[in-house]
Amino acid sequence: MRRYFGRKLIVYGLTFFIAATIDWLIPRFMPGDPVQSLVSRQGFGLSADSAQALADYYNRLFGLGLPIWQQYLNFWVALLHGDLGRSVYLTGRPVTSVILSAVPYTLALVVPSILLSWWVGNNFGALAARRKWLDNTILPVGYVLTATPYMWLAILLAWVLGFIFNVFPIAGGYSFSLEPSFTWAFIGSLFSHWFLPFISLFLVGLGGWAIGMRNMIIYELDADYSRYLEALGAPSRLVRKYAFRNAMLPQITGLALSLGVVVAGALVTEIVFSYPGLGKLLLASIQNEDFFLLQGIFLFIIVGVLVANFIVDIAYVAVDPRTRVSMSGEGS
Amino acid sequence: MSRRGEVLYFAVRTKKVIIGLTIIAFFLILAVIGPIIRPGDPDALIGPLGMPPSGDYWFGTTSFGQDVFAQFVSSLRSTFLVGLLGGGLAGIIGMTVGFVAGYRGGVVDEILNMITNVVLVIPTLALLLVAAAYLTARGVVVEAMFIGLTSWPWAARAIRAQTFSLRSREFVNLARMSGVRSLRIVFSEIAPNMSSYLFLTFILLFGGAILIAATLDFIGLGPTTGSSLGLMMYNAVAWSALQLGLWWWFVPPGVAITAIVGALYITNVGLDEVFNPRLRNT
Repeated sequence: MRRYFGRKLIVYGLTFFIAATIDWLIPRFMPGDPVQSLVSRQGFGLSADSAQALADYYNRLFGLGLPIWQQYLNFWVALLHGDLGRSVYLTGRPVTSVILSAVPYTLALVVPSILLSWWVGNNFGALAARRKWLDNTILPVGYVLTATPYMWLAILLAWVLGFIFNVFPIAGGYSFSLEPSFTWAFIGSLFSHWFLPFISLFLVGLGGWAIGMRNMIIYELDADYSRYLEALGAPSRLVRKYAFRNAMLPQITGLALSLGVVVAGALVTEIVFSYPGLGKLLLASIQNEDFFLLQGIFLFIIVGVLVANFIVDIAYVAVDPRTRVSMSGEGS
Repeated sequence: MSRRGEVLYFAVRTKKVIIGLTIIAFFLILAVIGPIIRPGDPDALIGPLGMPPSGDYWFGTTSFGQDVFAQFVSSLRSTFLVGLLGGGLAGIIGMTVGFVAGYRGGVVDEILNMITNVVLVIPTLALLLVAAAYLTARGVVVEAMFIGLTSWPWAARAIRAQTFSLRSREFVNLARMSGVRSLRIVFSEIAPNMSSYLFLTFILLFGGAILIAATLDFIGLGPTTGSSLGLMMYNAVAWSALQLGLWWWFVPPGVAITAIVGALYITNVGLDEVFNPRLRNT
C-alpha cells in the first residue's frame, strides 16, 4: 500500500515539478515582451522617459530584472503562497482571482460530462456486447463520435439547436440581461447556457467508453473464469456481472489517461460557446499575449489533472483488491 | 498460403477494412488532385462574399470571398501530412522506449516508465503551447513534430507490455544464448512477432495526431503558414459563420476530419480481425 502510493506520489511530484518549471519558462522565453505590452496598454500619451520609468517599475514589480536563478526561486516561493502574479490583459488584477472566477464554470462542465459519459458509455458498451442489433448500432455510432473533433460537434450543435431551431442560447455563461443572483430566472439562464457545451462534451466522450467496454466484456467472457462459471451452469446474468466487474478495471485506468484530452476538448468547446470558463480565458490570454495569466491557467490545469489522477488511483485501489494485497507497484 | 498472402486474402474480405480504406483513399485522392483542379492561392479573395455552394464555387465562399473548396483540399494535404509525420514520430519514440524498457527491464525500465508516466500526465497542450508560441513562424511539419513528441506515451506502454511478454519466450532465449546482440534480438526476433500490433498502433497514432492538430489549430496555435482544417473552423467561428448561417464554411472541414479519423479506427478494428484469427467470425 505504502509502496504503491509512494511511487504514485513520486511520479506526481516529479510531474508537477517539471510542469511548473515549463510553466515558469512561458513568460520568459516567449517572443514579445510582456512588460512592454503592459506599458503600451496603460501608457497612452506618455513621454519616452515616463514610459521607461513605468517599464522599470513593472520589471521590478514582476522581479524580471533579477538573475535568472533568483527569479526561479522567487517563482516557487510565490507559487507556494498561491501568488501567480498579475494579469496584463485585465490591467493588473491578480491572476489567482481571475482564474478562480472562471474555474467554477469549467468544473461544472467537465466533471458531470466526464463522469456521465463514462457511466453511460460503460453501460451501453456492456449492453452492446449482449445484443447483436445493439452492437451493430452502437459500434458505428461510437466510432463516429470518438472520431469527431470536440469543437466541430460543438459548432454543429450550436448551429442546429442554437441557430436554426433557436432552442438554446449559443454564447455566454448566462443571459446578458441578467445580473448574477439567486433567482429562478438566473439559475434557469445558467442551465440553458450550460446545456449545449455539456452535451457536446458528453457525446464526444461517450463513443470511446462504449467501444472500450464492449471489447473488454467480450474479452472477459472468453476468460477461463467465465467459461468455468458457465460450465457450472451459472445463469448468464451472473457470468456477465463478473465480466462487467473485471472489465471495469481498465476503464478506470482509461479514465485517468483520458483526462488530458478531455480537458483540451473542454477548452475548445468553451471557446465555441464563449463560455466564461478557463478555455475562453486561455484564448484571451493567448490573443492578448498575457503570459502571466497563461502561466496561471496552465498551472491550474496541471494541478487539476494531477489531483484527478490521484483520485482515480485511490478509486482503483478501492475497487481492485489485488492492488491492496500485492502492491507490487504493477500498473503504476 | 504464405503469411502475407493470408493477410491479403482476409483483408479484401473484411468489410470494415474495405469501407475504411475506401473512405481514406477518397480523401487522399481529393487531397492530391484537388489543388490541381483549383490551382492558385487557396486564401486568395476571388469570389463574391459568403455565397452558398454553386457550380462555380463548389463549397461556396467565405465571408471574405475565399473559395472554401480550394481551402478545403489544400487543408486536406496538411491533415494527412500531420497524421503521417506526427503519428510516425510518436510511433518511433513509442517503439524505442517500449522495446528498450520491455527488453532490458530493471533500472532502465523503471526510469523509462517514470518518464512515460510524467509525459502521460502533463497536459500536453501546455507543452505544445510554449513550443508553438516560441516559434513564431511554423509550418505543418513543425506542428507534426510537437504532436509526435508528446503523444507517444500510451504507445510506449502498450509496446513495453507486449515486449515484456515476448522476451522470456523460448526463441528469444535461444537467440540470447547463441550470443545474438540485444539490438538484433529486438529487431529480428521480437519486432516481427508483433508487427501487426505495431501497425495497428501506428494507425491509432495517425488518427490521434489529426485530432490533436485540429484542436491546436482551433486555439490559434496551428501552422502560421498554409491552411489546415482546424484553422478553417477557427476562422469560421471567429468571423461569425454561425450567426450568419454560412454552414458550408464549417461543415466540410469537420466532416473530413471525422470521416478520416473514423475510417482509420474502423480499418484498425478490421485489420485486427485479419491479423488475429480468433476475432474472425466468418
